Amino acid sequence: MLELLRGTDPMAERKVIDARGTYCPGPLMELIAAMKQIEVGDELEVLSTDEGSASDIPEWINKVGHEMVETTQQGDVWHVVVRKAK
Amino acid sequence: MKTLIVGGGMGGTILANNLARRLGRELRSGKAQITMLSASDQHMYQPGLLYTSIGRMAPDELYRDQASLLEPEIEFHVDPAVTFDLDNNRVVTKSGKSHGYDQLVIATGSRAAPETVPGLAEHSVNCYTEQNALEMWRRVREFKGGKVGIVVGVPHKCPMIPLEVTFVLHDYFKDRGIADKVQFHYTYPIGRLHSLEPVGKWAEREFARMGIQTTTLFNISEVDGEGVVHTEEGEKLESDLLISVPPHKGMQVIEDNNLGANGFIPTDRLSLKMEGRDNVYVIGDTTNLPISKAGSTAHFEAEALAENLAALMKFGEPVRDYDGKVFCFIEAGKDRATYAMFDYNNPPAPKAPNKAVHWFKMAYNQLYWASARGLL
Repeated sequence: MLELLRGTDPMAERKVIDARGTYCPGPLMELIAAMKQIEVGDELEVLSTDEGSASDIPEWINKVGHEMVETTQQGDVWHVVVRKAK
Repeated sequence: MKTLIVGGGMGGTILANNLARRLGRELRSGKAQITMLSASDQHMYQPGLLYTSIGRMAPDELYRDQASLLEPEIEFHVDPAVTFDLDNNRVVTKSGKSHGYDQLVIATGSRAAPETVPGLAEHSVNCYTEQNALEMWRRVREFKGGKVGIVVGVPHKCPMIPLEVTFVLHDYFKDRGIADKVQFHYTYPIGRLHSLEPVGKWAEREFARMGIQTTTLFNISEVDGEGVVHTEEGEKLESDLLISVPPHKGMQVIEDNNLGANGFIPTDRLSLKMEGRDNVYVIGDTTNLPISKAGSTAHFEAEALAENLAALMKFGEPVRDYDGKVFCFIEAGKDRATYAMFDYNNPPAPKAPNKAVHWFKMAYNQLYWASARGLL
């Protein structure tokens, strides 16, 4: 479930992955799949109700070499924003 | 009301039969019509391919004539869709025939696409088509020992396959008496051994007991000319037998008609309507929903949608939402299994595997045909 928005960089696009309330394949797997579909510099915002997303998404992003933009919690939902770097 | 169903896999077939039973009177009087378009006159039991890949299910056991599975009131054409003209409520087929509809259901499924990773198709085997499962069986039975690598692409159909293929191969080599000559190396894209955390923790204990090496955060980027796997994270994996769960794509016809990126159609998670369309529905692997691409997902979506399409005709309104329900068996070897069941509001809590669930899975391999007919 992807929704198109404008990224923090006005030239970049931001897509939203609404993975709230989903367990399998889960927010990080959705992010990995979606990352293949976007251009370098574009952003993805993952909405997740899994607290683990706040740590496992940054772990993968840092290991691969993409960029973390921000992680915020709004109620029960974590908003994790990343940018494709390569 | 004319319902057109594009796709004769599990989702499309269960939907057609379930809806036909609910609208029996309307179908006989001509007030309702159900038409199905499929690319094949055969229906495959796709989960059976796992057993074919280890020599436990012959290919002819996987198929039934599609027409034999459908309620007699359903009009069935082996004539795949080519053009979706959603603005004019029409679908044009390969033969050139044009089908109008009041309600359209798209259930074209997904396919393994190993060709999207350089070298993966050439250097690995998988169990996602009959041809590939037979090739995997040939390689597995000729294997005399060495390192078996398991690599997993995203997205992929049947989220339990990475674990199941590892467990059943382990038991197969054990039965052949060569387990001490085989070293398994299981890899997985995220930071644990399975998407479902409790399943991942259980697999961690099982793999440790079985001596299976693991690497997580492992996303294949290419397989080189020597058969060595390279990853986005900078890892490498060498093996003598490489088993892959290739990344999947939706069907080409979906991309050709600009219905969704990578062949997956933007879909509302509750109503199963295609986003922006009021009379087009999407079920099974064809949706872009962040839920399991699995037969059971298609099954439960089809049941909810059939109830709603019938209700539209009888009450003028849908009667319920799809709740995200998924049920997956997990084969934990040759004679033990467990299952995971969850929905949008309830996480899975799988139990320890046992023989009873394995034998129920064996029974389900035959009961599937009753399920496809909409009876189970």
